[in-house]
Amino acid sequence: MEVTVSVRRFDPERSEQGSYWQDYGVDVEETASVLDSLIKIREEIDGSLALRCSCRSAICGSCAMRINGHAKLACNTKMTEVVSEENKITVEPAGNMPVLKDLVVDQKLFWDKIRQVSPWIRPVGEEPTGEYLAPNEDMVHLAGVMACIMCGACVSDCTVLEVDKNFIGPAALAKAYRFVADPRDGENRSRLGILSEYSGIWDCTRCYECVEVCPKDVAPMDRIMALRDEAMGQGYDDNYGARHTEVFTQSVSHSGWLNELMLPIKTFGMFNLPAMMNMAPVGLRALLKGKMPSLFHKPVPQVEKVRRLVKKIAAEQKKN
Amino acid sequence: MKFAFFPGCVSRGGCPELYPATIKVCQKLGFELDELQERGATCTGAGVLQEKNQFLGDTLNARTFAIAEQIDLPLMTICSTCQGVMSQANRRLTTNPEYLDKVNVHLAEEGLKYKGTVKPRHLLWIIIEEIGIESLKSMVVRPLTNLNLAPFYGCYMVRPSDALEFRLYPEREDSLERVMEALGASVVDYPGKTRCCGFPILTINEQNSVAMVANHTGTVKDLGADAMVTPCPLCHLNLDGYQPKAMQQADRSINLPIIHLPQLIGIALGFDAKEMGLSRHIISAKRMLSKVAVRG
Repeated sequence: MEVTVSVRRFDPERSEQGSYWQDYGVDVEETASVLDSLIKIREEIDGSLALRCSCRSAICGSCAMRINGHAKLACNTKMTEVVSEENKITVEPAGNMPVLKDLVVDQKLFWDKIRQVSPWIRPVGEEPTGEYLAPNEDMVHLAGVMACIMCGACVSDCTVLEVDKNFIGPAALAKAYRFVADPRDGENRSRLGILSEYSGIWDCTRCYECVEVCPKDVAPMDRIMALRDEAMGQGYDDNYGARHTEVFTQSVSHSGWLNELMLPIKTFGMFNLPAMMNMAPVGLRALLKGKMPSLFHKPVPQVEKVRRLVKKIAAEQKKN
Repeated sequence: MKFAFFPGCVSRGGCPELYPATIKVCQKLGFELDELQERGATCTGAGVLQEKNQFLGDTLNARTFAIAEQIDLPLMTICSTCQGVMSQANRRLTTNPEYLDKVNVHLAEEGLKYKGTVKPRHLLWIIIEEIGIESLKSMVVRPLTNLNLAPFYGCYMVRPSDALEFRLYPEREDSLERVMEALGASVVDYPGKTRCCGFPILTINEQNSVAMVANHTGTVKDLGADAMVTPCPLCHLNLDGYQPKAMQQADRSINLPIIHLPQLIGIALGFDAKEMGLSRHIISAKRMLSKVAVRG
């Protein structure tokens, strides 16, 4: 199969020219992976092409890069699955990290964030004489998140990291969940406290990019949602994120639909003057265009049925 | 064709222009609508309620699906977020019979039962799947040939792709571009079209949220777009309502009109700007409308 691999290249020795696209025509087997094609290009066409790879079996996590605009492991991506009708693909370095050369990025940001969440068990109490054992049923739900191979695909495509490099990011937050949910860890409360701060769990947009691109189904965003739930449950509910969730849930539970006017007001707090002043110009513009939601929030028809349902579920959940 | 119509919260709240525009366009397309919220259906939870209580979210959505089953009509949404949240809930409900039974125990109290037959679909997909691109083209009375338009899907219309059944319906992936082209417009392509608008973190980290607005609208403005088109009213709230702030934060002029998908279809089908509520946007659509000889 003859394919055109369009590679976004960057030469640090000629950094003034910036990155540029270079097309390579390469003949590969129908069964070839994108990595096979890149290695063939490097070995047979252009020895100057830089890429990072090792196991070729989706285990080492070295070859995460953007293929047709989305992060994937090159070794785990079949050429036939991604080529266009014109037999073309684009390959770029992973996003959100500085490019060192061609497809090789500096992963410092990724590892710094992983270290930031103290990715080791911090037990409390007396040291056991042997290993720290945990019952199988307490650990089995962590198998998914432990499947992370640290490839950085989720970090590459995170929409928040694109605008804010301080965000802890999906990989580190999934790793944080792994320790918060580990029954042997004794510091989960303080971990949740730190994670509830600015640039932590509440800064995620819930955009699902990380879930979509993860080659190991770690589903980082789902772990972030689990951390939010756990943090609120442990009393870390005095922040904008937790209050937003709480007010939203109350609104739907009470009237059946969202009271858009009260959501930001109650989230920020009615007497939070700076926040109210900040919202005022946006509110005024909306008002002038007749877009302000009604002051009178009418519940959905037969709302008592919804309220009853909500109460019953809450009672049942409390019992369990 | 008749639908169980789920307008969502925002089309009647922060984007009140969307609801009447949709009703008019649906009439023109020959769609009859039976409104689910008039029958007591609730908000989907928008992924926010689910952070705290996924079971409650799934039960509320199952309740809406059960009401749609009761009136035996296919379900139509007009919001990417509603669509995505419903698709995700539906996947959990229909792939795990035990879970569905547990949910149905709660619905039984008001005589409802979700059988698992509903396939929620956004108006955008319904147009492609029920009307078809060629028929849509034949309905156009005012081709949008002079317009360069940038698509903006909204996260939940594109991810997670398995819940949205992209494998079964591959045409959903570029549905917005195809509808825009069928109406005669030229598509401005850019990587941001499937990224996040920033709305979900607006009350949590406004600076980041607004930076996303500036990135997307600024990028397509530089590429020559006359407007951006979205099937998601939540994206609209941020991209339109917070664009003045985005311009301030990014220290540049953008002024890119953000058009709801039904409004764009309406203009091509012959409605005027007022009928489509196009004067109710924060960023004026006048200049864009003048390019297709419509008074804004």
